[in-house]
Amino acid sequence: MSKRIDVKDLNVYYSKFLAVEDVNINIEARSVTAFIGPSGCGKSTFLRTLNRMHEVIPGARVEGEVLLDGDNLYDSAVDPVTVRGQIGMVFQRPNPFPTMSIRDNVLAGVKLNNKRISKSDADDLVEKSLQGANLWNEVKDRLGRPGSGLSGGQQQRLCIARAIAVSPQVILMDEPCSALDPISTLAIEDLINELKADYTVVIVTHNMQQAARVSDKTAFFNIAGTGKPGKLIEYDDTTTIFNKPTVKATEDYVSGRFG
Amino acid sequence: MSINSLKASTDRGRAGDKIFSGVSLAAGVLILAVLFSVAVFLMVQAAPILSADPAEVTGGEGFAAYILPIVIGTVVAAAIALIIATPVGIAVALFISHYAPRRLARAFGYVIDLLAAIPSVIYGAWGYIILAPQLAKGYAWLAENLGWIPLFAGPASQTGKTMFTAGVVLAVMVIPIITSLSREIFLQTPNLHEEAALAMGATRWEMVRMAVLPFARPGIISATMLGLGRALGETMAVALVLSPGALGASLIRTGNQTIAAEIALNFPEAFGLRLNELIAAGLVLFVITLIVNMIARFIITRHKEFSGAN
Repeated sequence: MSKRIDVKDLNVYYSKFLAVEDVNINIEARSVTAFIGPSGCGKSTFLRTLNRMHEVIPGARVEGEVLLDGDNLYDSAVDPVTVRGQIGMVFQRPNPFPTMSIRDNVLAGVKLNNKRISKSDADDLVEKSLQGANLWNEVKDRLGRPGSGLSGGQQQRLCIARAIAVSPQVILMDEPCSALDPISTLAIEDLINELKADYTVVIVTHNMQQAARVSDKTAFFNIAGTGKPGKLIEYDDTTTIFNKPTVKATEDYVSGRFG
Repeated sequence: MSINSLKASTDRGRAGDKIFSGVSLAAGVLILAVLFSVAVFLMVQAAPILSADPAEVTGGEGFAAYILPIVIGTVVAAAIALIIATPVGIAVALFISHYAPRRLARAFGYVIDLLAAIPSVIYGAWGYIILAPQLAKGYAWLAENLGWIPLFAGPASQTGKTMFTAGVVLAVMVIPIITSLSREIFLQTPNLHEEAALAMGATRWEMVRMAVLPFARPGIISATMLGLGRALGETMAVALVLSPGALGASLIRTGNQTIAAEIALNFPEAFGLRLNELIAAGLVLFVITLIVNMIARFIITRHKEFSGAN
């Protein structure tokens, strides 16, 4: 598992509106890459193009290539459903399925991919995934209870368990901590550090300290103004971005002078 | 000495509050009073039937023997209607909410809402003139080839005015109700849950099964119950497309009757005990509807914990 992503000359459109312009970026396997930038700069939009989730919005389309270990996600023969099965996603607000138990939530993706799974295999997978998401000890006695009964931070870790249960190549996280308290945030950040050993992780965050804490490399996105397309301004090792950025806008942003 | 400023400021806003709570209380009391008076009317008018000589009741064997066949007929007609209408109604609603292109979906939605507004006598006439003769051909085939199943025992009705035709007409009438209510619920499915399913690699249909249908479950049950209410109480359409007769297992033979149609067909010339009899039949229908609604409530509350409302 875990593959690298190479993006070449990517433009993202909503109908005729160019939302993100000309992104070139290489994301290493088994690393954490953070996207930072002011609101509306297109970082979430760009993240969603990495597993073709942006296509859920009518009129959204891209030009360019996104290569997963050399295979273009946007090849006409590629089904977005297959792409999303390999590139998991964790959203801004925790979204476990309210009608399913904790156990069924973890197994939701697995049941899509191979319908038949023996009960003991399922038990093992539930335990492994919940352990992987640092949630096992908190929920092992109530796997049959609804997932919506957990706290926000626990729900988000349940969503991460659900994402890793299918052994994806890449995990995308769209501001996974923005709806959580500091303690839960810390738990998720620790988890991201552990996930890096097995997965390629890409995280969008508004919190620059978070980017500095969890990521190996950081990409800074910005827009020139309202209605203008978002652009990738600078992409480098996280320490470089935060200490010695080469572009003035990056320095202004990370030092808190704007945004 | 100063006036308590906290006290002064509270008085003005309260007037509107009081009027509003008064109006809503009155509305609540009124609806209960109407319901209560209907129930009392039914019971008082139906009471004589209990003490009546069994030989004087229609059929000559007492009220139970009279009412039971038409209760069964009512339930069977409604059941046929729901068996057809629920899957079709849900499928149409899903098409509108999740599959059709947006512009087509809107036009389609209007048409469905329009269907719900057509008076039942029109559906009855359509069933009588168009549908029944068409179905009659099918009945002949069924009687010939599947006649060994009691439901399709011959001789098949030549006119097609049978229980099954009544069920189909009722289904057509109920579909718009189920569709428009389900569609509203389907559209309210949280985006968050739909995206969760899609992001896991669910196809559109898998997403519907994972996120939309579980979320909409209580709504679908309510929609079905409203549809059932219409099917149970529908009078004119059934009266037009069913040649009534004695209770029989076959759905494609002339015969059977529903409570509502029985009342409508006989009420104009009824007097004396016959009138009490028909009103008692109405009371029975009232009770059936009540029981059905209670069962639906029970099903909905049983799954409350997993409903997503918490």
